[in-house]
Amino acid sequence: MVNSEATNGSDLTRLTAHEAQEFLTSGKVSSVELTEAVLARVDELEPQIHSYINVTREEALAAARTADEARSDGKDKGPLAGIPVMVKDNLSTEGVPTTAGSKILLGYTPPYDAHVVSQLRSGGAVIIGKGNLDEFAMGSSTEYSAFGATRNPWDTDRVPGGSSGGPAAGVAASECFISLGSDTGGSIRQPAALCGIVGMKPTYGLVSRYGLIAFGSSLDQIGPFSRDVRDTADTLSVISGHDRRDSTSINAPGQDFASVLTGDITGMRLGIPCEYLVDGMEPGVTAAFEKSLETLEAMGATVEEVSLPLTDQALAVYYIIAPSEASANLARFDGFKYGNAVNDVPTAWDVMDQTREKGFGSEVKRRILIGAYALSAGYYDAYYKKAQQVRTLIIREFAQTFEKFDALVTPTSPTVAFMAGERMDDPVAMYLSDVCTIPVNIAGLPAISVPGGMSEGLPVGLQFIGPQMGDGTVLKVAHAYEQATEWHRFKPTL
Amino acid sequence: MAGLWNGLILADELTTPDLTADDVRHIAALTRLGLSDDEVETMRGQLSSILKVFESLQQVDTEGVEPTGHTTEVRTVLREDEAAESLQRDGILKNAPESEAGYVKVRPILG
Repeated sequence: MVNSEATNGSDLTRLTAHEAQEFLTSGKVSSVELTEAVLARVDELEPQIHSYINVTREEALAAARTADEARSDGKDKGPLAGIPVMVKDNLSTEGVPTTAGSKILLGYTPPYDAHVVSQLRSGGAVIIGKGNLDEFAMGSSTEYSAFGATRNPWDTDRVPGGSSGGPAAGVAASECFISLGSDTGGSIRQPAALCGIVGMKPTYGLVSRYGLIAFGSSLDQIGPFSRDVRDTADTLSVISGHDRRDSTSINAPGQDFASVLTGDITGMRLGIPCEYLVDGMEPGVTAAFEKSLETLEAMGATVEEVSLPLTDQALAVYYIIAPSEASANLARFDGFKYGNAVNDVPTAWDVMDQTREKGFGSEVKRRILIGAYALSAGYYDAYYKKAQQVRTLIIREFAQTFEKFDALVTPTSPTVAFMAGERMDDPVAMYLSDVCTIPVNIAGLPAISVPGGMSEGLPVGLQFIGPQMGDGTVLKVAHAYEQATEWHRFKPTL
Repeated sequence: MAGLWNGLILADELTTPDLTADDVRHIAALTRLGLSDDEVETMRGQLSSILKVFESLQQVDTEGVEPTGHTTEVRTVLREDEAAESLQRDGILKNAPESEAGYVKVRPILG
């Protein structure tokens, strides 16, 4: 818990971004002081957590000085001005190495910023460094990073979830105030749940993917992590909006998402998709979920069960479409244009074969092979085309459901944070970590995970899913729930 | 633990045959991905079990259903053909393992 005397040391780093912004505005602290406090926290905790692949100390302090100067010149740059943030290392940063968690990109320095990174910079945010991830964002535990695993701040024997485990653990451990991740099948929401923080995947197309190293292009979406919903709303306002460099960017005017956070959800119609309450769900997760439903009803929302029968097929659809798109996207890593290449071989074909053999880790190889198989002659109709057709049916099923409901409520993950190593040798068990989050990406919907209880000392996530462009709705209900509960105030004891 | 998830995997009803080592080598060649013999065997087992997860799709009637590629309504986006600043050649070439005279240099492709 924060009090108004908390103006130095680790207390400062535990503020929310909007609380820290008040401190900056009132002159209690400078951005340089805030940044130095965060960097000290990073130095202290990184040996245990490893949420960063790369800490850009000098660049961060320079950005903090610039933010302080802008403030003293009376320039108001908005909610993230002077606030230390982390970005996942699959987001391109001009002049700062970007690895996507892969050895194949060692030595690569992007000559441009991702759209969201430009938006952060023009909003005056202070980028502290690049967050750890499963290689090319493929995984649910951040154990598949080529640069070492990230651990969960609540229990360092456990995983933080993934693939955005670094950005999630960093926010949970107060190694930054805000971070950006990417979510292809749950890679923001699942680690947010396992680390006890807020994480949001916006509507597909709301945030430009320009400069995001692509995994599954029709599923990928960038979104924020934060310690409360208000910070996620503010960050989404900064990073969203039309960008002509992403042809799937939705051409709609920018929004101030904080303006919808009224705290009032009286009469809101909430659906509970029964298929999400899978048999393997841990009892502690089920109990927390049921308690959350009681809270939402007590707040004046109506809560009613609904069936989404195609949920059972969503996992199969995802594990055909995502690897198929990945096998095409990762074809660009050929050893000629960037990164780490095997070059002392006779022909171009040898360069490709050996660069990819040595540069990619096992999970990435698995997905490339699955995708290539699903797309190959003789199997395309049975796998890829079939999956795209079922995708259409899943989209329709959601659309019909949203005629009767404003939002859906589900657990974010069937389990709390699992032990490191537990699912490493069983890819199918790892894939099942995302059973509650994957259908959202297939249909391009907005969804948010907020702290929704505790089970055996570990955080449980609660997910709200909205219709396409219903980002304001999920933020509104998530915020109201958060304000009515205390779960977001629980912090790891690091 | 996988069997705990109702409806996703019905171990007794699976009919998809396992991949052979030659299947794995064929796909690996299509994707220009070198694999050691050990990797071929590991991948053969793992890919076979992943393919079995896909069987549940065959139960869904998709007769006459259009496939979905993207979830937005965005159609082909056009812009005016106007000259504008683009990325500088130096920033791009300095990332290439080999370059010469302003070009990316590649090993021989033929022969």
